[in-house]
Amino acid sequence: MADPLLTLSGVHTHIGPYHILQGVDLVVPRGGVSVLLGRNGAGKSTTLRTIMGLLKPSRGEIRFDGRLIGGTPTPAISRAGIAYVPENMGVFSDLTVGENMQLAATQGAFDATRLSWIKALFPPIATFWEKPAGTLSGGQKQMLAVARAIIEPRRLILIDEPSKGLAPAIVTAMTRALGELKETDTTILLVEQNFAMASALGDTVSVMDDGRVVHAGDMAELSGDAGMQERLMGLSLEVHQ
Amino acid sequence: MSETAIRPKLVAASAGDRLRKAAPLLLAPVMALAGLIAIADPATWLTLTVAGLAMGLMIFIMASGLTVVFGLMDVINFGHGAFVSVGAFVGFTVLAWLAGWTENPAVIMNLAAVFLAILASMAVTGVLGLAFERVIVAPVYGHHLKQILVTMGGLIVAQQLIHVVWGPDAIHVARPQSLRGSVIVFDAVIEKYRLFAVAIGLVLFLGMRHVLRSTKVGLLVRAGVENGEMVEALGYRIRRLFLVVFMVGSALAGLGGVMWGLYNETITAHMGSDLMVLVFIVVIIGGLGSIEGCFIGALLVGLLSNYMTFLAPKVALVSTIALMVGVLMWRPEGLYPVVKAK
Repeated sequence: MADPLLTLSGVHTHIGPYHILQGVDLVVPRGGVSVLLGRNGAGKSTTLRTIMGLLKPSRGEIRFDGRLIGGTPTPAISRAGIAYVPENMGVFSDLTVGENMQLAATQGAFDATRLSWIKALFPPIATFWEKPAGTLSGGQKQMLAVARAIIEPRRLILIDEPSKGLAPAIVTAMTRALGELKETDTTILLVEQNFAMASALGDTVSVMDDGRVVHAGDMAELSGDAGMQERLMGLSLEVHQ
Repeated sequence: MSETAIRPKLVAASAGDRLRKAAPLLLAPVMALAGLIAIADPATWLTLTVAGLAMGLMIFIMASGLTVVFGLMDVINFGHGAFVSVGAFVGFTVLAWLAGWTENPAVIMNLAAVFLAILASMAVTGVLGLAFERVIVAPVYGHHLKQILVTMGGLIVAQQLIHVVWGPDAIHVARPQSLRGSVIVFDAVIEKYRLFAVAIGLVLFLGMRHVLRSTKVGLLVRAGVENGEMVEALGYRIRRLFLVVFMVGSALAGLGGVMWGLYNETITAHMGSDLMVLVFIVVIIGGLGSIEGCFIGALLVGLLSNYMTFLAPKVALVSTIALMVGVLMWRPEGLYPVVKAK
């Protein structure tokens, strides 16, 4: 793969006494959506948190656009062009939707064209601009979390299970929105348990198990091979669809 | 995502939820009304109410920094009282230097002396706060027990340093001429200094509220109290923000020290640690990390202390603790608990 955007080589991460990541090797090419799959507890969220600098790797190398970022403070990683949408969405419930967006606009003023595009992508952002984010529904909070991540152009967005706990109609809408986002220059690294969403969006896929990447390849290949799904995931992915 | 794909609908708060949120705002007026009924003499009630508001607002000034520091970084600072004491002594020193101004009958000269004393106190305690955070607090982030131990240690060191610089005895602080004595309002005797303290406290509260609600730094503080990790993920250095908040909180404690010193007209090295009991009660009643809760808690403590001192002096000693117990039985996390991200 020529000149990937992000590479993890032999990354180990401990949380307290627990050895969560045990030598993760991951390559995220430029552009498109790379999906990270795996069972609960496989280390997917920890991988994203380690990339974002929220957890310090105990060993290994993380390179973003050729630059070493492993162990770099989180704000510096963010300013390098990586946005993060955590599993709990990280929405500030005491702040209004507008204030949440304002904090994400680190350059100060909003880019009017970009803001209009985001409001068209996620209509609740415009509708509830003045409302406290804590009063939004789960789906609306998820939209705010993604909208906040893209309010300024980012080179890489890490999104952790955007479909978690959402109604099917919202998941479909979110898939469509991420599909539109995929058409921009932004690269997305998506952690997802919903295989339908993952296969609809993903270009490449890495499967994790026990803190390691056990498979990396094209999403289309995994989507079309039930046997491979069964072998890699330990259960039929059909049940997730 | 088109409009037709998802029809935006807001989860409306129920009437019960709205009432639950507004209920704490009614506590201070209800307490004042209960005080009026129990005291039965409007003039005495007015005197005690102004005294209670003055006391409450001074405690609020001291407590506000402590509660935000806890909310933002989970730091329990038992050394906060050191800034109160140091502020009071620095303020006393400046007022002593400006004795010509404080004894001058011109109001403007008196106020200028007090404001210079306040500015000097805030500057010294702000810088002291910076050093305290870097040397004492920073090495023990995330370790509550160690925080309690080292910040208590810092408090003891500060008290001993006050003994070294100003001596071990209590010092009398004379109020400037125009802040001495009382005025009569509706037959009630009201000390001029208490009115001054109420004015300063209200201006500070409104200023603080404006900063927290309408500026980017305020937004960052509110966001950081809820989810510091996410603030960092958006590209902001929360440690730097915390340092600024710690300095401002220390400076406010210094300001509170000057105000309290002038209120009591006596200052001691341990006045800060003595006041910490009330300050912690206020912070706990309000909900750790909440400025609004801290404000309401301070007013409740100030009013109740003054009413009970008049109505039943023996009970007054335990009344504020009983108030805290009552509030915690109603709302175990305080009046306005801060929602922390999990």
